[in-house]
Amino acid sequence: MQAMPPALEVNDLTVAYRDKPVLWDIDLQVPTGVLMAVVGPNGAGKTTLIKSVMGLMQPAAGSVQVFGEPAGRQQVRRIGYVPQRTSVDWDFPTSVRDVVAMGRYNRGGRWRRADRRDAERVARALATVDMEDLADRQISELSGGQQQRVFLARALVQDADLYLMDEPFQGVDAVTEESMVAVLRRLQEQGRTVLAVHHDLRTAPAYFDWVALLNVRLIASGPMATAFSECNLRETFGGSAPEWANPPVTAAG
Amino acid sequence: METFLQFLDDYTLRNVLLGTAWIGVVSGSLGTFAFLRRQSLLGDVISHATLPGVVLAFLAWQRREIGVLMVGAAGTGLLATALIQVVDTRTNIKRDGAMGVALAVFFGVGVLLLSMIQNLPTASQAGLDKFIFGQAAALVQSDVIVLLVVGGAVLVALLLLWRELKIVTFDPDFARTAGFRVTILEGGIVTLIVVTIVIGLQTVGVILMSAMLIAPAAAARQWTDRLSIMVLVAALVGGASGAAGAVVSAFGPQIPTGPVVVLVLTALVLVSLFLGYKRGLVWHWRRQRRSRKLADPDTVLGALGALESAHAGTVRGHPKAVVRMAVGQSAQVGQALAVLREAGLADEHDGDWSLTERGRSEAERLGRDSGG
Repeated sequence: MQAMPPALEVNDLTVAYRDKPVLWDIDLQVPTGVLMAVVGPNGAGKTTLIKSVMGLMQPAAGSVQVFGEPAGRQQVRRIGYVPQRTSVDWDFPTSVRDVVAMGRYNRGGRWRRADRRDAERVARALATVDMEDLADRQISELSGGQQQRVFLARALVQDADLYLMDEPFQGVDAVTEESMVAVLRRLQEQGRTVLAVHHDLRTAPAYFDWVALLNVRLIASGPMATAFSECNLRETFGGSAPEWANPPVTAAG
Repeated sequence: METFLQFLDDYTLRNVLLGTAWIGVVSGSLGTFAFLRRQSLLGDVISHATLPGVVLAFLAWQRREIGVLMVGAAGTGLLATALIQVVDTRTNIKRDGAMGVALAVFFGVGVLLLSMIQNLPTASQAGLDKFIFGQAAALVQSDVIVLLVVGGAVLVALLLLWRELKIVTFDPDFARTAGFRVTILEGGIVTLIVVTIVIGLQTVGVILMSAMLIAPAAAARQWTDRLSIMVLVAALVGGASGAAGAVVSAFGPQIPTGPVVVLVLTALVLVSLFLGYKRGLVWHWRRQRRSRKLADPDTVLGALGALESAHAGTVRGHPKAVVRMAVGQSAQVGQALAVLREAGLADEHDGDWSLTERGRSEAERLGRDSGG
């Protein structure tokens, strides 16, 4: 019997910016069906890791496999992507619904236009992230948390098996954060895999079940219970890290 | 008025009018994307960089049909964008620096070539110097046909690539991950911008053509929050200014078309900035005023009481702005304060408002009542 390939496998990945390594020799496996947090200090290369997998940055060395196949243009299409919300100009003349619909622009052939199925899928995703009332709102009128939810909905309509998210909770209030975590849990229940950059060490163990600790090199990765150890965190953040002032809360239950 | 009617009757001038209006429609539509992609400066560089191409094409073929000159113009225009790209990616010079240098160099070479060919016998009737500020009256019917066809092709491309242009303009990274060929599409957008600029050169001129690309979009943005409507409004604004420029400059051979077009555009942008329904300043002010509720006197009395008890012992007044902030919700407190003064509950000294004895006890009573 052949073992199922991991959702994402990164081998020997090195990314440099002007001869300065941003990621150094990363070997990372993300098993299918986990919610994995990527944590690390500023400048650890978390966004670079996501962008390299998505084909947005050219690695100096290494390879990426998605569900056992090399991550080319076609394979990457199958990954749902939630970029940092500051990566776009929210003053663009368009509505919430329109942005979410962009998640389905690559469906079908060149001549296929959006149909009723697309519209229903968009409406459903907006309902999932509690944005149905704001569907026709101009995007420049959204709060940071609402922008974040629009990007999550846009990824949802991609109906992907693997999701890569770059700080999905950035600028989100506590209540919204809870409901977004519930969305991630539902993705997991459906057998999908999520890899998300996460900033808050206190909530990481509660929200995610796997973790990758990154600081240019991969310090550790694995199930939260084993990898998220005090020793690994010290190595990732250094002894003086202010975030480390509060010991992590272990997941309830 | 009579001259104007005669003018409209004139077959040649009607051609000119049609040509310039069409240039405005095309550049307004496509310019919307250049504007949203923040490529306004790139448009300026391209239009300046077309000048040497115009002269070189004339020298190479010894002809001045618009089609021939457009090929040369597009050639040096594209060359300039390619050079900017190379300098931007291969050297440590930033993109805006590369654009500034490209604009100056290409335009400089163009002007140099232009002055050199002025001495050639064939060049005297060519009127190539009109390309600097534009002269719509120089358009002949065959030119107008070329403009209609090439401009029409640009518009068809825009419609066919609508979704691609939209997603690549809003979020190029996401578009790439979704499988769109972003590099090719971005190259396509720049090429469309070059073609759009090239068809307007003879009429509007190399110096001012970029305004024809950007100003209609800037005006249109004030009226709508939808991309499709924005493109339509920009096309309308561009077409109207182009037509206006052609009409005015047709009245005097000494009036270049480009500057007239730009003046009309500027007027339309200014009007839009003030009156534009979605973002115009007038509507903005009105909405702001309306959202400012009139504060109710009891609330203001309570707020003043709270302010004074916060400064317990030191009886002092507070300026209106502070009272407004204490009430919150950017409410208008002026009227309520006047009511309180009328009732002898508050008073004003040197712009500072404070409670009278009666006002203070009244505020305390209100506080007790609401406190339960």
